[in-house]
Amino acid sequence: MPKMIFMFPIMVLLVFPWAASYEISNLNLSVIDNDHSRMSHQLVEAITASGYFRITNVSNGYNDALKSIEKNESDLIIEIPQHFEKDITTGTGVKVMISANAVNGMKGSVGMTYISGIISNFNQSNLSKHFPQAAKSGLMPIQIDEQYRFNKHLNYQVFMVPALMVMILTLVCGFFPAASIVFEKELGTMEQMNVTPVPKFTFIIAKLIPYWIVGIIAISIGVIISWLVYGLIPAGHFYVLYGFTIVYVFGISGLGIIISNYAHTMQQAFFIVFFFMMIFIMLSGLYTPVQSMPEWAQWIAAFNPLKHLMDVMRAIYLKGSGFGGLLKELIVLIAFAVFFNTWAVISYRKTQ
Amino acid sequence: MNIIHNNNIAVSCAGISKHYKKVQALKNVSFEVSKGEIFGIIGPDGAGKTSLFRILTTLILADNGTATVNGFDVVKNYKNIRECVGYMPGKFSLYQDLTVEENLEFFATVFNTSIKENYDLIKDIYVQIEPFKTRRAGKLSGGMKQKLALSCALIHKPAVLFLDEPTTGVDPVSRKEFWGMLKNLKKQGITILVSTPYMDEASLCDRIGLIQNGSFLTIDTPEEIIAGFGQRLWAAHSKNMNKLLTDLRSNADVKSSFAFGDAVHITLNEDYKTEQLRHELEVKGHTGISIRTIKPGIEDCFMELSKSEKY
Repeated sequence: MPKMIFMFPIMVLLVFPWAASYEISNLNLSVIDNDHSRMSHQLVEAITASGYFRITNVSNGYNDALKSIEKNESDLIIEIPQHFEKDITTGTGVKVMISANAVNGMKGSVGMTYISGIISNFNQSNLSKHFPQAAKSGLMPIQIDEQYRFNKHLNYQVFMVPALMVMILTLVCGFFPAASIVFEKELGTMEQMNVTPVPKFTFIIAKLIPYWIVGIIAISIGVIISWLVYGLIPAGHFYVLYGFTIVYVFGISGLGIIISNYAHTMQQAFFIVFFFMMIFIMLSGLYTPVQSMPEWAQWIAAFNPLKHLMDVMRAIYLKGSGFGGLLKELIVLIAFAVFFNTWAVISYRKTQ
Repeated sequence: MNIIHNNNIAVSCAGISKHYKKVQALKNVSFEVSKGEIFGIIGPDGAGKTSLFRILTTLILADNGTATVNGFDVVKNYKNIRECVGYMPGKFSLYQDLTVEENLEFFATVFNTSIKENYDLIKDIYVQIEPFKTRRAGKLSGGMKQKLALSCALIHKPAVLFLDEPTTGVDPVSRKEFWGMLKNLKKQGITILVSTPYMDEASLCDRIGLIQNGSFLTIDTPEEIIAGFGQRLWAAHSKNMNKLLTDLRSNADVKSSFAFGDAVHITLNEDYKTEQLRHELEVKGHTGISIRTIKPGIEDCFMELSKSEKY
């Protein structure tokens, strides 16, 4: 078990950022080339050269290609029409058809975006090659200059790692102590301790302190791993990072005590933990931004301490915010700590 | 006997009641235990033994009534009580992942004392488990677990020791040994409250309380309780024991009949002779009949008392 506690953050931080990335690669493409010209080959080459696609199927007709999708061999179909090269060079205009398998909606839409981007690039280079005067005279489509602030390359690891650190902290400082207190309840050692002069408050604090320390160590492991493995260094100050961590740890261990007060067996405790963990993670913005959730879900998320610390961690890591810029979050997290711990004390008294 | 200000009283209860949602666990229980006494609380499972112990060790609050332990009120002075009592729950509840020695040290520290300070008290018990002191408590055998639990309950030299069914699930040899240890502790002046479902352990206590359905049937010395049986008791045998029991129960002149091991213990109406009974049983087809008078035990008394309680 002690090894587990340290292995857990390491594993999460080493594995999750790679697995839980939105960057979609290895999309399987089915190609229907009705033209078989130099230019159609160039287009297919341009698509494969992007690195996102691999051609898994070459069909003669749309129906054949559709079958390969049914067999799960390909995710997208690109159909290049007859006279593709001729129509481009004469300036008649061509329609290239792309169909995507939207069973996995994310994969379909991302693949579609990628392939459209490649085709429009291809289009532009052809346009300037064959119709230089048209290109010069402003017929060129609007060019979008993309620039991503704070995370230049839209690197998902940069985005995920600070959020994962929050998840680890929640488990280690909130849910592990809850399970451990309930375990003592179940074992009867809690009762044995209750007939000793040790006050209950001391007992609970003694149960929590090791987890607080482990939590701080886990965060430090997270900081080191994100530096060594992902080359991430917080843009903000360390004291801001640890300051927020400590405030959060107090709050979340309060929640842990609340759980341990209501659960009588490990089974109950795990059920409650699972329930909270699901809601906390789904509504935290770890995977999908909270702003794009329906309003009622945003309201629930507003009461999710995980969400607030994730925002804070990302801000510290990517934007370099200090306490001043995060004052609202600081107040919210302190409010959580006060609320959870008050509830913990009240519910503890009641169950006695 | 002066109830409240008697320095000789270790534990006293007055009108203690306790109920859980639907079950009335204790009904108006009152009793006293003198200092240095081994007091046995004897009754079947669910009689209220554990509830009573939990109230006296300040783990739960009674609905009604007052109780004192070592002169301290269980509600007002619960902190003082926790310092001067040792409690050994029925379920083994020490830290299983700590070794024997670590457990003992831990509980010594919790009580602000050290193993050395009270080693005399636990020496006799501890030497038996000392060869295994580096073994984890969870890996000990049942008898050794019990000895460790007792050592941990004694490490702070408590004035009153509460033992909740210490011999349940323990082999007969260890049980005998355990009672030997209690006798030694008594010599050191420790008051011991022990609960047990085994009637045969009653005679090892100084005084016993027979408890059933949350109230005491009687509280007295084992000898007095047996003397109070007040009737002749017979043990009946025959070849067909099952039929014997039903036949005895259907006989109006047999006042009570209970199966006890290999015999049926019966009491008879006063003018009913055993010869008559023997004859009637022979008529009903019994062979190998023997009816002899025996000395009643605590169990007989318990049965008799619980019967009169019911009807």
